[in-house]
Amino acid sequence: MKTFKIGGIHPEENKLAKANPVELFPIPKQVTVFLTQHLGAPSTPVVQKGDKVKVGQLIGKAEAFICANVHSPVSGTVAKIEPVADFLGYKKDAVVIDVEGDEWAEGIDTSTELKKDITLTKQEIIDRMKACGIVGLGGACFPTHVKYMVPPDKKVDYLLINAAECEPYITVDYRMMLERADEVMVGIEAMLIASGAPVALIGVEANKPDAIAHLTKVAANYKNIQVVELKTKYPQGAEKQLIKALTNRNVPNGKLPIEVGCIVNNIATAFAIYEAVQKNKPIIETFTTVSGKSVKNLKNYRVRIGTCINDILNAVGVPEDTGKIISGGPMMGKAISNLNAVTVKGMSSLLLMTEKESKRGEVYECLRCGKCVHACPMGLEPYMLHAFSELQRYEDCEKYGIMNCIECGSCSFGCPSNRPILDMIRVGKNKTGAMIRARK
Amino acid sequence: MIAAVILYFVSKAFKVIEDPRIDEVAEHLPGANCGGCGFAGCRALAEAIVKANTLDGYKCPAGGDMKAIAGVMGLEAAETEPMVAVVRCNGSCENAPAKVKYDSALSCQFATSIYAGESACPFGCLGCGDCVKACKFDAIHIDHITGLPVVDEEKCVGCGACAKTCPRKVIEIRLKGKLGRRVFVSCVNKEKGAAARKNCSAACIGCGKCAKTCPFEAITVENNLAYIDFTKCKSCRKCVAECPTGAIHAVNFPPKKEAPAAPAPAAEKTAPAAETSAPVAENPATPAAEKETLQN
Repeated sequence: MKTFKIGGIHPEENKLAKANPVELFPIPKQVTVFLTQHLGAPSTPVVQKGDKVKVGQLIGKAEAFICANVHSPVSGTVAKIEPVADFLGYKKDAVVIDVEGDEWAEGIDTSTELKKDITLTKQEIIDRMKACGIVGLGGACFPTHVKYMVPPDKKVDYLLINAAECEPYITVDYRMMLERADEVMVGIEAMLIASGAPVALIGVEANKPDAIAHLTKVAANYKNIQVVELKTKYPQGAEKQLIKALTNRNVPNGKLPIEVGCIVNNIATAFAIYEAVQKNKPIIETFTTVSGKSVKNLKNYRVRIGTCINDILNAVGVPEDTGKIISGGPMMGKAISNLNAVTVKGMSSLLLMTEKESKRGEVYECLRCGKCVHACPMGLEPYMLHAFSELQRYEDCEKYGIMNCIECGSCSFGCPSNRPILDMIRVGKNKTGAMIRARK
Repeated sequence: MIAAVILYFVSKAFKVIEDPRIDEVAEHLPGANCGGCGFAGCRALAEAIVKANTLDGYKCPAGGDMKAIAGVMGLEAAETEPMVAVVRCNGSCENAPAKVKYDSALSCQFATSIYAGESACPFGCLGCGDCVKACKFDAIHIDHITGLPVVDEEKCVGCGACAKTCPRKVIEIRLKGKLGRRVFVSCVNKEKGAAARKNCSAACIGCGKCAKTCPFEAITVENNLAYIDFTKCKSCRKCVAECPTGAIHAVNFPPKKEAPAAPAPAAEKTAPAAETSAPVAENPATPAAEKETLQN
């Protein structure tokens, strides 16, 4: 079975919500849509207070190179445009819309039937991705159209679809594979046209045998799409690790996947591209798993962007012993400090950790046991980076390759001394990055 | 033996002749290598002074005897006033109650990257003590009752290491003032008044009352935040009485005669913490009463 060679860990899978089909979450009374829902510059608002908007109407226009369009997820009236606190508590510009009905903008196909034939050309597909505000839904929210602007001297050999879903708890990608396989395949076909790649490989972890079986069956109708079973190991879904597993190619340090002729996209992105290309529907929803060990009402929701997190939590019921709520998976997600915040593109999970789980253990001195070195999928020495970062020796951080860290958290996961290794590495990476940029 | 002879001649031939004044200058520097002067350490500053043969632009902020150095160099030392680190945040546990609990690496640098703060104020002190770690003079410590750092004025030399390291730029290096008396806005929140008050009862709301009151035009209000220019402030304390939230602090002033028992916010820096949090905490409930106490 294919996998990456260095490091990796085996956290408890806890795919608790895997049996629950995706449900539509009711449209809220008011939504708050951030103008930055992606990596890069904020989009520029193109509506004003009092304007009537329809579902799918453009409200934030991408003007910078790395930026994505933002669309209204509801129909109604723009109540205000002002800075609103996000789930970390920091204020970002947002459009607040009072919901009235559910009227869709013209040109969007709201039918549910599968539309197989792709009529658009390569450039039209890329333009459509840009117009529909498609971003990488694996977590980083990188504007997808930028990935497909391949430099003229590069050729794409492989289109890799990340369906590993290696983060514990999250099950939305799994549900998508079972429920939306046909749409996903058409999306991948469109991505093949856009990228010019001859073949697409879908990497799925071995802990989802029924998804692999179903995808393989559907993929049999498409000659350029293959499903590859991958070993269940975290972080199998990380970009560089997935490339290594599927193509045995190594992305050089500091370079992008295109350097080795690959484009990597998440399976949720493939579905979003299907909707954009075939139905002209922008990203206005996010697929979100609501899970946790003491959550009784496990859910996989399809929820409009801009829905208050508190509303979702109230709908499933927050268990009394909840100590921490995380946006994203338990490995790479961030704790939510503001529950009045709203859902954004790529918010793939709301994870309710019990009080016992969420407490960090007492921190002891580093034992030099080397567990973190063994676990690191990038072949780094996390304990050294942690120490250098703490001592503010950023030159040494750079020398020891801190910029190659993918922040997967494998080092912190296994540390017997409960050291906040990744936390300090993030500080060091930030500072070292600033130091390197200042040098230029 | 041969090696010894070779070494003797080599050492004579390649002897480094160093200006003896460097050592003399370095002797008058504190030797803490804090870097507050902008050089790598005290000796580096001494070398730079001797090389430049002037004191213009070279100054030890950390209590180096510039007069003595001027004597060594045969130069005039410019008179400089002592500076001190000032923590401009009122977000004590009482003023700005915690809404969430932080449980991660004890580093403000990291904390600021993952959340706005326990009180949800995105500007205030995070209380993880990066400033404490940065201080080479043991002059700043976290008060565990208020959760805010407290500067030991006796020890602080105003080198600015803490201000530089603070990711929220809460600490400012200000003039120490005559007898240590100084007035400053103890808040750096640039949110609109209502938003700032939501998270902290003693936040500056940018109402501008202080700026109107100030007879010396020392106060400016920008981005919903008042700032007192310490070069213009004459420490009249009219603004302190005017401030509706008690965000402006006046420290080291003697208690006024009429009300000797009045717990002036001056206590903030010098008195033990248990006393300090009390008067500030009263502000939200009884702003008028507070004003009265101060005017007495």
